[in-house]
Order: sequence, then structure tokens, then C-alpha cells
Amino acid sequence: MAENLAPNWRLREQRYQLVGNVCLKCGAKFFPPRQVCTQCRGTEFEAFQFSGKGELYSFTTLHSVPAGFESYAPYSVGMIKLDEGPLVEAMLTDVNQDKLAIGMRMEMVTRKIREEEGERGLLVYGYKFRPIAE
Amino acid sequence: MRDVSIIGVGQTPVREHWELSLRELAVQAVLAAMQDAHVEDVDALYVGNMLSGELTRQEHLGALIADQLGLTGIAAMKIEAACGAGGSAVHAAHLAVASGQYRRVAVVGVEKMTDLWNGSVTAGLAMAADGEYEAANGISFVGLNAMMMRRYMYEYDLVEEDFAPFALNAHANAVHNPNAMFRKAVTLEQFTKAKKVADPISLFDSSPICDGAAALILSRSENLNGNAARAISIAASTSATDTLALHDRQDPLWLRAVELSSIKAYAQAGITPQDIDLFELHDAFSIVAPMSLEAAGFAQRGAGAYLARDGGISIHGKLPISTMGGLKARGHPIGASGVYQVVEAVQQLRGEAGKNQVPNARVAMTQSLGGVAATAVTHILKGK
Repeated sequence: MAENLAPNWRLREQRYQLVGNVCLKCGAKFFPPRQVCTQCRGTEFEAFQFSGKGELYSFTTLHSVPAGFESYAPYSVGMIKLDEGPLVEAMLTDVNQDKLAIGMRMEMVTRKIREEEGERGLLVYGYKFRPIAE
Repeated sequence: MRDVSIIGVGQTPVREHWELSLRELAVQAVLAAMQDAHVEDVDALYVGNMLSGELTRQEHLGALIADQLGLTGIAAMKIEAACGAGGSAVHAAHLAVASGQYRRVAVVGVEKMTDLWNGSVTAGLAMAADGEYEAANGISFVGLNAMMMRRYMYEYDLVEEDFAPFALNAHANAVHNPNAMFRKAVTLEQFTKAKKVADPISLFDSSPICDGAAALILSRSENLNGNAARAISIAASTSATDTLALHDRQDPLWLRAVELSSIKAYAQAGITPQDIDLFELHDAFSIVAPMSLEAAGFAQRGAGAYLARDGGISIHGKLPISTMGGLKARGHPIGASGVYQVVEAVQQLRGEAGKNQVPNARVAMTQSLGGVAATAVTHILKGK
């Protein structure tokens, strides 16, 4: 099933630059961006670009993977606690699966996350995270 | 609000039913429930299902199943809340009768999962989580549960084996349930040697891909149509929500929707957790069992797994759970599981659970979860 460009295009700032938002009323920061603040229910926001640095909160390696991701299997995914607060979930890259550990310092990189089949199939790029070289 | 009772239950075995379609499974379960209740019609039909469009190219299940039952004309609709669809359908049906709008309704939970290959099913199940920020990044549903389990083990200093009693108990109970998918006991050695699906989750920590349907007939308690002797009363029916995405939680190790829905249910039924004789919880993965026990008020934070030690959750234990095999071993046909739980609780409260009968069972709780407990639906049932 060929996918339209629009749903991916709409997320370009999130996927390429980790742009979330900050509530103008209470200062809570969000990634992904929200329309209603979960802390104060405020609705006025300003865009906020996260640094892309944080630490590994948890991780796993997937062997049985969803359709569309077969060419990466098996691959590791993680939850990264960003330095600014929010958790973000992503595939992990440039990593030795056996050396992953909770608390590792991680950084965002831009990578291909999915490739659709066929001549008109999309190449979807976005964020992945890798360990920061010590 | 009027008092509501369950006067009929029906179920198909949970299997890979290559020979049966979604409509055939659903009709078999509803006919069995109608026969059990000695009724030939209902005012409305509520269908719990998650993925019929994705997995069988069929939506509009309310009209389809009413039609196939020979009941065209009645009100009918599908209720979707991911893996919590079954419980949500029971909740909607209960409200419909309690409100006084309908006298008698049917609920059927049905899922046909084996018509597509596993990668498509895995992608379908990932839609229970956040499509734009979890599924789109290649994170499967088992992956989310695996990350929750690893962090839980890290925070509370546990190892994989601490979760074994949940799988062993579920499989031991499924042996005597003819409708269960895996009627085979599992040993601790088999558990520890099992292949990892998404570490630390192994094959024996995960519920299977399968097909099945389960059904109930709900009626006003004031007119039980000759079913007074076997009717089971619905003492509470509640639903609550949490953030859809795991990463949006202030505390990813606390199932807030489970807590909210349980507290509301205890208040509605006028009881405390100590009054519960058995608990059909949502053990889609082992990790969900201790986290549910904690959030539902049966164990302190981080201590859910200790409840399972020394047979504490077995049929004769302090709090029997997954008494007919649970999602793990009876099987987890997604939108049907929440209805199977209620069917099994009714069997227990009627004293019809055979070798798995919980002695003197009078009060049963069931809990159906959608996604990583972004939806939690709780029912408390009372027998005679």
C-alpha cells in the first residue's frame, strides 16, 4: 500500500530536528509537541528544539519486527531521557547490542528509518540515537 | 441506574482456526451465550474488536454480526480500544442496560488474527501505541513491554526468573480448560531456557497470536427470564485512560489507568481489594501482571512479583489469577480477551469451573487493558 508524502512531511521538524514545544503558561517542555499542556491545560506554546542529548532509560532488541522494518532485523530500540526532561523512543544505531546499559549517554543522529518497496516507495528519514563516544 | 446481570455466556476454543472466519467465530459464541441464557433475541449487540479492518479487510462488524445472527433490525456497533476492546464492549453494554434504554443485550469479543502473516500482525498490534512516535520508529508492542520490564527489573532489582510464576501458573491452569490454546504445563527449566522475543521478554512471557470469540447476554436484574438461579450480578463496570505513548508518562512503571479504574470499581461495588476471591488480569506479557497487582491495590509498588511466590496466585492461593489460563495460555485474541475474562469469571462464580474451581468464589474482578494500559476497564462480578 503506497503511502502519501503528507503524513511524513508534516513531521519533518520533529524527525529531523527534534522540535517539540514549551508551554508559555507553566514552562513544561514536550516532545512530541502538544496542543494542550498536560500540566496546566494551557494552550499557548512556543516551538522548542531539544539538544538531542540524554541518557538511556531502557532498551530491547527486536527479533520479530513489524512489516516495513524487516531489512533492519534484528535491531535495538530504546527510550532516551533527554537532558531537558522528556522521554523519547527511537531505534538505536552505531551500537554493539551487548554493550547497551541503562544510564549510558546518548545522542540523536539522522538516519533512514524505513524504506518502502517499489519505484514510488518513500525513503523515510528521522532520528535514531547512538552512544556518545567517551 | 438499574442493576444488571449476566444470564448467558458462550465461547469458542482459542486456536489458530484456519477453517473459521471472523463472522463464523462471532456467531458461534453469541449463539452459545443465547442458548445458555434460553433467549432468542436481544435489543442490541456490542462487538469488541481491534483489527478486523487491518487483518481481515472487514469493518462494520455491528451490522455484519447482527445480520449473520438473523437479528437485522437491532441496534449494533463495534467498540475499539486496542487490546481493551473486549472490556470496553462489556462496559458499553452494561451502560446500555443500566440506563434503562435496553432490556437485554449481547456482547461479543472477536478477533481473527491468523489470516495474515506475522509481520503484518505485529505492525497491526503496534497501532495500539502511538502511530507517529512509537510504531513509526519501528517499535513493536512487545518492544514497549520489554523496555518497561527491563526498567522495572533495574529499579526493583529483579531477574527474569522472578516473573516465571506468572507463566507457570497460567499454563498449569490452562491444562484443565478445554477452550485454552496451550493446554500444557511449563517447567521452570523450560521458562529459563526459552528463546528471547525482545529481551528480557521470552516466548513464555508473551501471549500468542490466535483466533477466538467470547460472548455474554446482559439483562436487567429485575427480569431474569427464568435465569435467576445462575445469574451473576455486575457490581461494578469502570473505565479509565492514561497517555497513549509510554514515553509521555511521568512514571512509566506505574499503570495509572489501572489504579483509577480499580479505585472507581471498588467504590462502585462497595468493597476493598481484600474482598476479591479471584482476579482475571491482563497478562498479555508477564510484566503486566505484577504491575497490575500493584496499581490495583493488591501489592506495594515493586512487590507485585512477590505475590506470585509459593503458589500465592494459584487456584488455592491467596489471590488466584488467570484461573482458566489467562491471556498467556488460554490465549489472547485481542478484542475478545476482555470478554473471555468475564465468561471465565462467570464460570467461577457459578461453580462451573471444573478442576480449576476456586473454592467458595463469590466476588471476581476482571481487567481488560488497551495498549500499554492506556485504557483500563475493570468489572467486579458477584455470585450468589
